[in-house]
Amino acid sequence: MKLSRIISNAGEWLSGDGPHRQVVVSSRIRLARNLTRTAFPGWAKRAERVETLGLIRPAIELLPEMHDACVQNLTELTALERQVLVERHLISREHAAKGAGSAVVMNAEQTLSFMINEEDHLRMQAIRCGLQLREAYAMVDRCDTELATRLDFAYHENLGYLTACPTNVGTGMRASAMLHLPGLVMSDQINKIINSVNKIGLAVRGLHGEGTEAMGNLFQVSNQTTLGESEEQIIDRLHEVIVHIVEHEENARQALVERRATTVLDQIGRAYGILCNAHSMTSKEALNLLSVLKLGTDLGLFPDSARVMIDELFIETQPAHLQKGAQGQKMTAEARDALRAALIRATLKQLPEPDMTKVSIPKPTEATKEPDDE
Amino acid sequence: MQCDVCGEKDASVFLTQIVEGKMQKVNLCEACSKAKGVNDPTGFALADLLLGLGAAQQLDKSPAAHKCPVCGFTQADFKKTGRLGCSECYTTFADGLAGMLANMHKGTTHVGKAPGGHARRRELAAKMKSLQMTLDEAVATEKYEEAADLRDQIRQIETELTP
Repeated sequence: MKLSRIISNAGEWLSGDGPHRQVVVSSRIRLARNLTRTAFPGWAKRAERVETLGLIRPAIELLPEMHDACVQNLTELTALERQVLVERHLISREHAAKGAGSAVVMNAEQTLSFMINEEDHLRMQAIRCGLQLREAYAMVDRCDTELATRLDFAYHENLGYLTACPTNVGTGMRASAMLHLPGLVMSDQINKIINSVNKIGLAVRGLHGEGTEAMGNLFQVSNQTTLGESEEQIIDRLHEVIVHIVEHEENARQALVERRATTVLDQIGRAYGILCNAHSMTSKEALNLLSVLKLGTDLGLFPDSARVMIDELFIETQPAHLQKGAQGQKMTAEARDALRAALIRATLKQLPEPDMTKVSIPKPTEATKEPDDE
Repeated sequence: MQCDVCGEKDASVFLTQIVEGKMQKVNLCEACSKAKGVNDPTGFALADLLLGLGAAQQLDKSPAAHKCPVCGFTQADFKKTGRLGCSECYTTFADGLAGMLANMHKGTTHVGKAPGGHARRRELAAKMKSLQMTLDEAVATEKYEEAADLRDQIRQIETELTP
Protein backbone atom coordinates (compact mmCIF):
# COMPACT_ATOMS: atom_id res chain seq x y z
CA MET A 1 0.00 0.00 0.00
CA LYS A 2 1.23 3.45 -0.90
CA LEU A 3 2.08 6.29 1.45
CA SER A 4 -0.09 8.64 -0.63
CA ARG A 5 -3.16 6.63 0.42
CA ILE A 6 -2.22 6.96 4.07
CA ILE A 7 -1.66 10.68 3.67
CA SER A 8 -4.91 11.36 1.82
CA ASN A 9 -7.09 9.45 4.32
CA ALA A 10 -7.77 10.32 7.93
CA GLY A 11 -6.92 7.68 10.49
CA GLU A 12 -9.60 5.53 12.15
CA TRP A 13 -8.96 7.21 15.49
CA LEU A 14 -9.88 10.58 14.01
CA SER A 15 -13.08 9.69 12.19
CA GLY A 16 -14.21 6.74 14.28
CA ASP A 17 -16.11 6.53 17.52
CA GLY A 18 -15.29 5.41 21.06
CA PRO A 19 -16.30 5.76 24.71
CA HIS A 20 -16.10 9.28 26.22
CA ARG A 21 -15.42 10.63 22.74
CA GLN A 22 -16.39 14.18 23.78
CA VAL A 23 -13.43 14.49 26.13
CA VAL A 24 -11.04 11.67 25.21
CA VAL A 25 -9.80 12.28 21.67
CA SER A 26 -7.63 9.16 21.43
CA SER A 27 -5.94 6.40 23.40
CA ARG A 28 -2.47 5.14 22.61
CA ILE A 29 -0.29 2.26 23.75
CA ARG A 30 3.38 2.03 22.80
CA LEU A 31 5.66 -0.92 23.50
CA ALA A 32 9.46 -0.70 23.27
CA ARG A 33 11.37 -3.86 22.31
CA ASN A 34 15.00 -4.58 21.50
CA LEU A 35 16.94 -7.45 20.02
CA THR A 36 19.17 -9.23 22.48
CA ARG A 37 22.94 -8.52 22.51
CA THR A 38 22.69 -6.04 19.65
CA ALA A 39 23.76 -2.41 20.01
CA PHE A 40 20.76 -0.09 20.52
CA PRO A 41 20.09 2.21 17.51
CA GLY A 42 21.69 5.27 19.15
CA TRP A 43 24.92 3.34 19.75
CA ALA A 44 24.92 1.02 16.73
CA LYS A 45 26.96 1.63 13.61
CA ARG A 46 25.13 2.21 10.38
CA ALA A 47 25.75 -1.35 9.14
CA GLU A 48 24.34 -2.80 12.39
CA ARG A 49 21.22 -0.66 12.11
CA VAL A 50 20.65 -1.83 8.56
CA GLU A 51 21.11 -5.43 9.71
CA THR A 52 18.55 -4.92 12.51
CA LEU A 53 16.11 -3.49 9.99
CA GLY A 54 16.63 -6.58 7.83
CA LEU A 55 15.63 -8.80 10.76
CA ILE A 56 12.67 -6.86 12.13
CA ARG A 57 10.96 -5.57 9.00
CA PRO A 58 10.13 -8.99 7.46
CA ALA A 59 8.84 -10.22 10.84
CA ILE A 60 6.37 -7.32 10.98
CA GLU A 61 5.28 -7.87 7.38
CA LEU A 62 4.33 -11.45 8.30
CA LEU A 63 1.80 -10.27 10.91
CA PRO A 64 -1.77 -10.90 9.70
CA GLU A 65 -2.70 -7.39 10.92
CA MET A 66 -0.12 -5.91 8.56
CA HIS A 67 -0.85 -7.74 5.30
CA ASP A 68 -1.87 -4.51 3.54
CA ALA A 69 0.62 -2.32 5.35
CA CYS A 70 2.49 0.73 4.13
CA VAL A 71 6.22 0.11 4.60
CA GLN A 72 8.60 3.06 4.32
CA ASN A 73 12.31 3.45 4.92
CA LEU A 74 12.83 6.85 6.48
CA THR A 75 15.52 7.69 3.92
CA GLU A 76 12.89 7.45 1.16
CA LEU A 77 10.65 10.05 2.75
CA THR A 78 10.84 13.79 2.19
CA ALA A 79 11.05 16.09 5.22
CA LEU A 80 7.45 17.10 4.58
CA GLU A 81 6.16 13.51 4.46
CA ARG A 82 7.92 12.74 7.73
CA GLN A 83 6.35 15.79 9.34
CA VAL A 84 2.88 14.73 8.14
CA LEU A 85 3.39 11.36 9.88
CA VAL A 86 4.48 13.14 13.06
CA GLU A 87 1.37 15.34 13.00
CA ARG A 88 -0.72 12.15 12.63
CA HIS A 89 1.12 10.66 15.62
CA LEU A 90 2.18 7.71 13.44
CA ILE A 91 5.88 8.32 14.09
CA SER A 92 7.64 10.28 16.82
CA ARG A 93 9.60 13.48 16.32
CA GLU A 94 12.72 11.58 17.25
CA HIS A 95 12.02 8.91 14.64
CA ALA A 96 11.41 11.54 11.95
CA ALA A 97 15.01 12.71 12.41
CA LYS A 98 16.49 9.25 11.76
CA GLY A 99 18.28 8.10 8.62
CA ALA A 100 19.69 4.83 7.28
CA GLY A 101 18.27 1.69 8.90
CA SER A 102 15.13 3.37 10.21
CA ALA A 103 11.71 2.52 8.84
CA VAL A 104 8.02 2.73 9.63
CA VAL A 105 5.29 0.15 8.94
CA MET A 106 1.65 1.30 9.23
CA ASN A 107 -1.66 -0.43 8.58
CA ALA A 108 -4.28 1.12 6.28
CA GLU A 109 -6.57 2.14 9.17
CA GLN A 110 -3.59 3.92 10.78
CA THR A 111 -4.38 2.19 14.06
CA LEU A 112 -1.07 0.30 14.20
CA SER A 113 2.39 1.63 13.48
CA PHE A 114 5.83 0.10 13.98
CA MET A 115 8.91 2.28 14.20
CA ILE A 116 12.12 0.39 13.47
CA ASN A 117 15.36 1.80 14.87
CA GLU A 118 13.86 4.66 16.80
CA GLU A 119 15.46 5.05 20.24
CA ASP A 120 14.84 1.31 20.60
CA HIS A 121 15.11 -1.34 17.87
CA LEU A 122 11.34 -1.57 17.70
CA ARG A 123 8.54 0.57 18.99
CA MET A 124 5.03 -0.58 18.20
CA GLN A 125 2.00 1.53 18.78
CA ALA A 126 -1.77 1.15 18.64
CA ILE A 127 -4.00 4.21 18.58
CA ARG A 128 -7.76 4.14 19.04
CA CYS A 129 -10.58 6.63 19.17
CA GLY A 130 -11.96 7.71 22.59
CA LEU A 131 -11.07 5.97 25.82
CA GLN A 132 -9.95 2.52 24.61
CA LEU A 133 -6.65 1.89 26.36
CA ARG A 134 -7.46 -1.78 26.98
CA GLU A 135 -8.51 -2.34 23.38
CA ALA A 136 -5.38 -0.59 22.13
CA TYR A 137 -3.24 -2.74 24.42
CA ALA A 138 -4.92 -5.91 23.17
CA MET A 139 -3.91 -4.92 19.61
CA VAL A 140 -0.21 -4.36 20.33
CA ASP A 141 -0.08 -7.26 22.78
CA ARG A 142 -1.19 -9.65 20.02
CA CYS A 143 1.44 -8.30 17.62
CA ASP A 144 4.14 -8.42 20.30
CA THR A 145 3.37 -12.03 21.24
CA GLU A 146 3.57 -13.12 17.62
CA LEU A 147 6.74 -11.13 16.91
CA ALA A 148 8.40 -12.76 19.95
CA THR A 149 8.10 -16.14 18.20
CA ARG A 150 10.30 -14.84 15.37
CA LEU A 151 12.54 -12.27 17.08
CA ASP A 152 14.78 -12.71 20.10
CA PHE A 153 13.69 -9.80 22.31
CA ALA A 154 16.04 -8.64 25.07
CA TYR A 155 14.48 -9.71 28.36
CA HIS A 156 15.87 -9.95 31.88
CA GLU A 157 14.30 -12.14 34.58
CA ASN A 158 14.19 -9.29 37.10
CA LEU A 159 14.17 -6.17 34.95
CA GLY A 160 11.78 -7.30 32.23
CA TYR A 161 12.13 -5.91 28.72
CA LEU A 162 15.43 -4.06 28.34
CA THR A 163 15.36 -0.67 26.65
CA ALA A 164 17.91 1.92 25.53
CA CYS A 165 16.69 4.36 28.18
CA PRO A 166 16.39 3.00 31.74
CA THR A 167 13.14 4.96 32.15
CA ASN A 168 11.36 2.46 29.86
CA VAL A 169 12.70 -0.79 31.30
CA GLY A 170 10.23 -3.40 32.58
CA THR A 171 7.05 -3.39 30.54
CA GLY A 172 8.55 -1.01 27.96
CA MET A 173 5.04 0.36 27.79
CA ARG A 174 3.81 3.91 27.55
CA ALA A 175 0.03 4.25 27.74
CA SER A 176 -1.43 7.65 26.99
CA ALA A 177 -4.66 9.41 26.22
CA MET A 178 -5.25 12.75 24.51
CA LEU A 179 -7.83 14.76 26.41
CA HIS A 180 -9.77 17.85 25.31
CA LEU A 181 -10.36 19.91 28.45
CA PRO A 182 -11.79 23.35 27.58
CA GLY A 183 -14.12 23.31 30.62
CA LEU A 184 -11.28 22.83 33.10
CA VAL A 185 -9.17 25.47 31.34
CA MET A 186 -11.98 28.07 31.20
CA SER A 187 -12.85 27.54 34.85
CA ASP A 188 -9.17 27.77 35.91
CA GLN A 189 -9.16 24.28 37.40
CA ILE A 190 -6.66 22.75 35.00
CA ASN A 191 -3.53 23.42 37.08
CA LYS A 192 -5.11 21.79 40.09
CA ILE A 193 -5.85 18.71 37.98
CA ILE A 194 -2.36 18.61 36.45
CA ASN A 195 -0.76 18.84 39.90
CA SER A 196 -2.82 16.06 41.38
CA VAL A 197 -2.23 13.82 38.36
CA ASN A 198 1.54 14.47 38.63
CA LYS A 199 1.44 13.55 42.30
CA ILE A 200 0.24 10.04 41.58
CA GLY A 201 3.09 9.40 39.17
CA LEU A 202 1.37 10.13 35.87
CA ALA A 203 2.61 12.74 33.41
CA VAL A 204 0.57 15.49 31.74
CA ARG A 205 1.98 16.94 28.55
CA GLY A 206 1.03 19.09 25.58
CA LEU A 207 -0.22 18.07 22.14
CA HIS A 208 2.95 16.49 20.79
CA GLY A 209 4.31 14.88 23.93
CA GLU A 210 7.29 15.74 26.03
CA GLY A 211 8.02 19.39 26.52
CA THR A 212 5.37 20.68 24.14
CA GLU A 213 2.95 23.46 24.96
CA ALA A 214 -0.68 22.66 25.60
CA MET A 215 -2.54 24.18 22.65
CA GLY A 216 -6.18 23.89 21.76
CA ASN A 217 -6.93 22.77 25.33
CA LEU A 218 -5.44 19.37 24.45
CA PHE A 219 -3.51 17.44 27.08
CA GLN A 220 -1.80 14.06 27.06
CA VAL A 221 -1.90 11.96 30.20
CA SER A 222 0.47 8.99 30.44
CA ASN A 223 2.29 6.67 32.83
CA GLN A 224 5.75 7.78 34.01
CA THR A 225 7.08 4.48 35.29
CA THR A 226 7.39 1.07 33.67
CA LEU A 227 9.00 -1.20 36.27
CA GLY A 228 7.20 -2.79 39.22
CA GLU A 229 3.66 -2.77 37.85
CA SER A 230 2.13 -5.06 35.24
CA GLU A 231 0.73 -3.73 31.96
CA GLU A 232 -2.81 -4.32 33.25
CA GLN A 233 -2.15 -2.48 36.53
CA ILE A 234 -0.68 0.52 34.70
CA ILE A 235 -3.58 0.66 32.24
CA ASP A 236 -6.24 0.20 34.96
CA ARG A 237 -4.73 3.01 37.03
CA LEU A 238 -4.52 5.34 34.04
CA HIS A 239 -8.04 4.41 32.92
CA GLU A 240 -9.44 5.19 36.36
CA VAL A 241 -7.67 8.56 36.52
CA ILE A 242 -8.93 9.48 33.06
CA VAL A 243 -12.53 8.58 33.96
CA HIS A 244 -12.16 10.95 36.93
CA ILE A 245 -10.78 13.73 34.75
CA VAL A 246 -13.66 13.20 32.29
CA GLU A 247 -16.12 13.61 35.18
CA HIS A 248 -14.40 16.81 36.33
CA GLU A 249 -14.44 18.16 32.79
CA GLU A 250 -18.14 17.37 32.38
CA ASN A 251 -18.95 19.02 35.70
CA ALA A 252 -16.89 22.07 34.76
CA ARG A 253 -18.77 22.38 31.47
CA GLN A 254 -22.09 22.01 33.25
CA ALA A 255 -21.13 24.69 35.78
CA LEU A 256 -19.97 27.03 33.01
CA VAL A 257 -23.25 26.66 31.14
CA GLU A 258 -25.28 27.22 34.30
CA ARG A 259 -23.31 30.12 35.76
CA ARG A 260 -21.50 31.76 32.90
CA ALA A 261 -23.72 31.06 29.92
CA THR A 262 -23.12 34.47 28.36
CA THR A 263 -19.35 34.03 28.49
CA VAL A 264 -19.58 30.57 26.94
CA LEU A 265 -21.90 31.70 24.15
CA ASP A 266 -19.75 34.77 23.54
CA GLN A 267 -16.59 32.66 23.18
CA ILE A 268 -18.25 30.19 20.83
CA GLY A 269 -19.81 32.98 18.76
CA ARG A 270 -16.50 34.82 18.50
CA ALA A 271 -14.56 31.68 17.62
CA TYR A 272 -17.09 30.93 14.87
CA GLY A 273 -16.94 34.51 13.61
CA ILE A 274 -13.15 34.62 13.46
CA LEU A 275 -12.73 31.17 11.93
CA CYS A 276 -15.31 31.94 9.22
CA ASN A 277 -13.85 35.32 8.32
CA ALA A 278 -10.12 35.40 9.03
CA HIS A 279 -7.63 35.65 6.18
CA SER A 280 -4.50 34.83 8.14
CA MET A 281 -4.25 32.47 11.06
CA THR A 282 -1.36 30.85 12.94
CA SER A 283 -1.52 27.20 13.85
CA LYS A 284 -1.82 28.06 17.54
CA GLU A 285 -4.73 30.45 17.03
CA ALA A 286 -6.49 27.91 14.83
CA LEU A 287 -6.13 25.15 17.44
CA ASN A 288 -7.41 27.37 20.23
CA LEU A 289 -10.45 28.58 18.26
CA LEU A 290 -11.24 25.12 16.88
CA SER A 291 -11.19 23.86 20.46
CA VAL A 292 -13.94 26.33 21.35
CA LEU A 293 -15.94 25.23 18.31
CA LYS A 294 -15.51 21.62 19.38
CA LEU A 295 -16.91 22.56 22.78
CA GLY A 296 -19.83 24.21 20.98
CA THR A 297 -20.53 20.94 19.16
CA ASP A 298 -20.45 19.01 22.44
CA LEU A 299 -22.97 21.49 23.88
CA GLY A 300 -25.29 20.89 20.90
CA LEU A 301 -24.85 24.29 19.24
CA PHE A 302 -23.74 22.65 16.00
CA PRO A 303 -25.11 19.49 14.35
CA ASP A 304 -23.36 16.20 15.13
CA SER A 305 -21.84 16.13 11.66
CA ALA A 306 -19.66 19.09 12.74
CA ARG A 307 -17.61 16.85 15.01
CA VAL A 308 -15.61 15.02 12.34
CA MET A 309 -15.28 18.23 10.30
CA ILE A 310 -13.73 20.08 13.24
CA ASP A 311 -11.54 17.15 14.30
CA GLU A 312 -10.18 16.88 10.77
CA LEU A 313 -9.40 20.60 10.74
CA PHE A 314 -7.33 20.08 13.90
CA ILE A 315 -5.03 17.85 11.83
CA GLU A 316 -5.38 19.44 8.39
CA THR A 317 -4.37 22.90 9.64
CA GLN A 318 -1.06 21.67 11.08
CA PRO A 319 1.94 23.05 9.15
CA ALA A 320 3.00 19.93 7.22
CA HIS A 321 -0.58 18.88 6.39
CA LEU A 322 -1.24 22.32 4.92
CA GLN A 323 1.90 22.18 2.85
CA LYS A 324 1.37 18.71 1.43
CA GLY A 325 -0.94 20.24 -1.18
CA ALA A 326 1.74 22.69 -2.27
CA GLN A 327 3.67 20.26 -4.54
CA GLY A 328 6.82 20.16 -2.45
CA GLN A 329 7.38 23.89 -2.58
CA LYS A 330 8.54 25.34 0.71
CA MET A 331 5.96 27.86 1.87
CA THR A 332 6.66 30.88 4.04
CA ALA A 333 4.91 31.12 7.41
CA GLU A 334 2.79 34.00 6.07
CA ALA A 335 1.67 31.96 3.06
CA ARG A 336 0.81 29.04 5.35
CA ASP A 337 -1.23 31.27 7.65
CA ALA A 338 -3.19 32.58 4.66
CA LEU A 339 -3.74 29.07 3.29
CA ARG A 340 -4.81 27.83 6.74
CA ALA A 341 -7.40 30.61 7.05
CA ALA A 342 -8.69 29.87 3.54
CA LEU A 343 -9.01 26.14 4.24
CA ILE A 344 -10.93 26.82 7.46
CA ARG A 345 -13.25 29.35 5.77
CA ALA A 346 -14.00 26.92 2.95
CA THR A 347 -14.63 23.98 5.30
CA LEU A 348 -16.83 25.90 7.71
CA LYS A 349 -19.08 27.06 4.83
CA GLN A 350 -20.86 23.72 5.34
CA LEU A 351 -21.40 24.51 9.01
CA PRO A 352 -24.61 26.35 10.00
CA GLU A 353 -24.41 29.24 12.44
CA PRO A 354 -24.32 28.19 16.10
CA ASP A 355 -27.80 27.60 17.49
CA MET A 356 -27.49 29.70 20.62
CA THR A 357 -30.92 28.66 21.91
CA LYS A 358 -29.40 25.32 22.97
CA VAL A 359 -27.87 27.05 25.96
CA SER A 360 -30.32 29.05 28.04
CA ILE A 361 -29.20 32.37 29.46
CA PRO A 362 -30.24 32.73 33.10
CA LYS A 363 -32.88 35.32 33.86
CA PRO A 364 -31.56 38.72 35.01
CA THR A 365 -32.41 38.00 38.66
CA GLU A 366 -30.22 34.93 38.61
CA ALA A 367 -27.45 36.70 36.76
CA THR A 368 -27.17 39.37 39.44
CA LYS A 369 -26.31 36.65 41.92
CA GLU A 370 -23.11 36.12 40.02
CA PRO A 371 -21.31 39.45 40.03
CA ASP A 372 -18.11 37.85 38.78
CA ASP A 373 -19.85 36.96 35.51
CA GLU A 374 -17.78 38.84 32.97
CA MET B 1 24.00 29.46 42.74
CA GLN B 2 26.09 27.13 40.60
CA CYS B 3 24.93 25.13 37.62
CA ASP B 4 24.16 21.49 38.52
CA VAL B 5 25.60 20.20 35.26
CA CYS B 6 28.94 21.96 34.73
CA GLY B 7 29.32 23.11 38.34
CA GLU B 8 31.18 26.18 37.08
CA LYS B 9 28.94 28.94 35.80
CA ASP B 10 26.13 30.69 37.66
CA ALA B 11 22.73 29.09 37.20
CA SER B 12 20.09 31.21 35.51
CA VAL B 13 17.51 28.55 34.60
CA PHE B 14 15.61 26.98 37.49
CA LEU B 15 13.37 23.98 37.04
CA THR B 16 11.01 22.29 39.46
CA GLN B 17 8.97 19.14 39.00
CA ILE B 18 6.91 17.04 41.35
CA VAL B 19 7.33 13.32 40.73
CA GLU B 20 5.38 10.97 42.99
CA GLY B 21 4.99 13.69 45.57
CA LYS B 22 8.75 14.38 45.72
CA MET B 23 9.87 17.82 44.67
CA GLN B 24 12.89 17.82 42.42
CA LYS B 25 14.85 20.94 41.50
CA VAL B 26 17.51 21.52 38.90
CA ASN B 27 19.52 24.70 38.40
CA LEU B 28 21.29 25.25 35.12
CA CYS B 29 23.48 27.89 33.52
CA GLU B 30 22.48 29.24 30.16
CA ALA B 31 24.97 27.18 28.16
CA CYS B 32 24.02 23.90 29.85
CA SER B 33 20.29 24.59 29.58
CA LYS B 34 20.78 24.98 25.84
CA ALA B 35 22.95 21.88 25.63
CA LYS B 36 20.29 19.88 27.52
CA GLY B 37 17.62 21.24 25.22
CA VAL B 38 15.67 23.07 27.90
CA ASN B 39 14.83 25.78 25.40
CA ASP B 40 13.97 23.27 22.72
CA PRO B 41 10.43 22.11 23.39
CA THR B 42 10.81 19.10 21.09
CA GLY B 43 13.48 17.22 22.96
CA PHE B 44 13.27 18.20 26.57
CA ALA B 45 11.91 16.26 29.49
CA LEU B 46 12.73 17.36 32.99
CA ALA B 47 12.41 13.81 34.23
CA ASP B 48 15.00 12.63 31.73
CA LEU B 49 17.28 15.46 32.68
CA LEU B 50 16.92 14.77 36.37
CA LEU B 51 17.30 11.06 35.92
CA GLY B 52 20.18 11.59 33.55
CA LEU B 53 22.01 13.75 36.08
CA GLY B 54 21.55 11.35 38.97
CA ALA B 55 22.18 8.44 36.67
CA ALA B 56 25.62 9.58 35.60
CA GLN B 57 26.70 9.78 39.22
CA GLN B 58 25.09 6.48 40.13
CA LEU B 59 26.76 4.60 37.36
CA ASP B 60 30.12 5.68 38.75
CA LYS B 61 29.62 3.03 41.40
CA SER B 62 30.56 0.44 38.79
CA PRO B 63 34.33 -0.14 38.55
CA ALA B 64 35.84 2.64 36.46
CA ALA B 65 37.44 0.45 33.82
CA HIS B 66 34.13 -1.24 33.02
CA LYS B 67 33.36 -1.60 29.38
CA CYS B 68 30.47 -3.61 27.96
CA PRO B 69 31.97 -6.81 26.45
CA VAL B 70 29.24 -6.95 23.78
CA CYS B 71 29.05 -3.38 22.50
CA GLY B 72 32.05 -1.54 24.00
CA PHE B 73 29.88 1.00 25.82
CA THR B 74 31.42 2.81 28.83
CA GLN B 75 30.25 4.92 31.78
CA ALA B 76 31.46 8.05 30.03
CA ASP B 77 29.16 7.24 27.10
CA PHE B 78 26.21 6.93 29.46
CA LYS B 79 27.04 10.30 31.00
CA LYS B 80 26.95 11.83 27.57
CA THR B 81 23.79 10.22 26.21
CA GLY B 82 21.68 9.03 29.16
CA ARG B 83 21.05 5.85 27.12
CA LEU B 84 22.69 2.45 27.33
CA GLY B 85 24.59 0.68 24.54
CA CYS B 86 22.89 -2.73 24.34
CA SER B 87 20.86 -5.19 26.41
CA GLU B 88 24.06 -6.66 27.91
CA CYS B 89 24.91 -3.24 29.42
CA TYR B 90 22.21 -3.92 32.03
CA THR B 91 24.39 -6.77 33.30
CA THR B 92 27.71 -4.97 32.86
CA PHE B 93 26.58 -1.90 34.78
CA ALA B 94 24.11 -3.71 37.06
CA ASP B 95 25.57 -2.32 40.32
CA GLY B 96 25.32 1.29 39.23
CA LEU B 97 21.93 0.86 37.61
CA ALA B 98 20.19 -0.75 40.58
CA GLY B 99 19.89 2.40 42.70
CA MET B 100 18.98 4.51 39.72
CA LEU B 101 16.17 2.20 38.65
CA ALA B 102 14.82 2.11 42.21
CA ASN B 103 14.59 5.92 42.23
CA MET B 104 13.02 6.05 38.81
CA HIS B 105 10.33 3.39 39.05
CA LYS B 106 7.56 2.08 41.29
CA GLY B 107 9.39 -1.16 42.00
CA THR B 108 12.65 -2.92 41.26
CA THR B 109 11.29 -6.15 39.79
CA HIS B 110 9.32 -6.62 36.60
CA VAL B 111 5.89 -8.15 37.18
CA GLY B 112 4.29 -7.86 33.74
CA LYS B 113 4.38 -9.70 30.45
CA ALA B 114 7.30 -11.94 29.51
CA PRO B 115 8.13 -13.45 26.12
CA GLY B 116 6.79 -17.04 25.71
CA GLY B 117 9.65 -19.15 27.11
CA HIS B 118 10.46 -16.72 29.90
CA ALA B 119 6.89 -16.65 31.14
CA ARG B 120 6.95 -20.47 31.58
CA ARG B 121 10.31 -20.31 33.35
CA ARG B 122 9.07 -17.66 35.74
CA GLU B 123 6.00 -19.72 36.54
CA LEU B 124 8.13 -22.81 37.24
CA ALA B 125 10.60 -20.85 39.36
CA ALA B 126 7.75 -19.51 41.49
CA LYS B 127 6.26 -22.99 41.83
CA MET B 128 9.63 -24.40 42.85
CA LYS B 129 10.04 -21.73 45.51
CA SER B 130 6.72 -22.57 47.10
CA LEU B 131 7.44 -26.33 46.91
CA GLN B 132 10.79 -25.76 48.62
CA MET B 133 9.05 -23.94 51.46
CA THR B 134 6.55 -26.77 51.92
CA LEU B 135 9.44 -29.24 51.85
CA ASP B 136 11.33 -27.37 54.57
CA GLU B 137 8.20 -27.43 56.65
CA ALA B 138 7.67 -31.14 56.07
CA VAL B 139 11.26 -31.93 57.09
CA ALA B 140 10.96 -29.77 60.20
CA THR B 141 7.81 -31.58 61.25
CA GLU B 142 9.37 -34.95 60.36
CA LYS B 143 6.84 -35.81 57.66
CA TYR B 144 9.44 -37.68 55.64
CA GLU B 145 7.09 -39.43 53.25
CA GLU B 146 5.59 -36.11 52.16
CA ALA B 147 9.08 -34.62 51.96
CA ALA B 148 10.29 -37.32 49.58
CA ASP B 149 7.33 -36.69 47.32
CA LEU B 150 7.98 -32.95 47.33
CA ARG B 151 11.67 -33.49 46.53
CA ASP B 152 10.71 -35.52 43.47
CA GLN B 153 8.48 -32.72 42.27
CA ILE B 154 11.27 -30.16 42.75
CA ARG B 155 13.76 -32.33 40.85
CA GLN B 156 11.35 -32.58 37.96
CA ILE B 157 11.02 -28.81 37.74
CA GLU B 158 14.78 -28.46 38.00
CA THR B 159 15.34 -30.65 34.96
CA GLU B 160 12.73 -28.63 33.07
CA LEU B 161 14.45 -25.36 34.04
CA THR B 162 17.92 -26.51 32.96
CA PRO B 163 18.27 -25.56 29.32
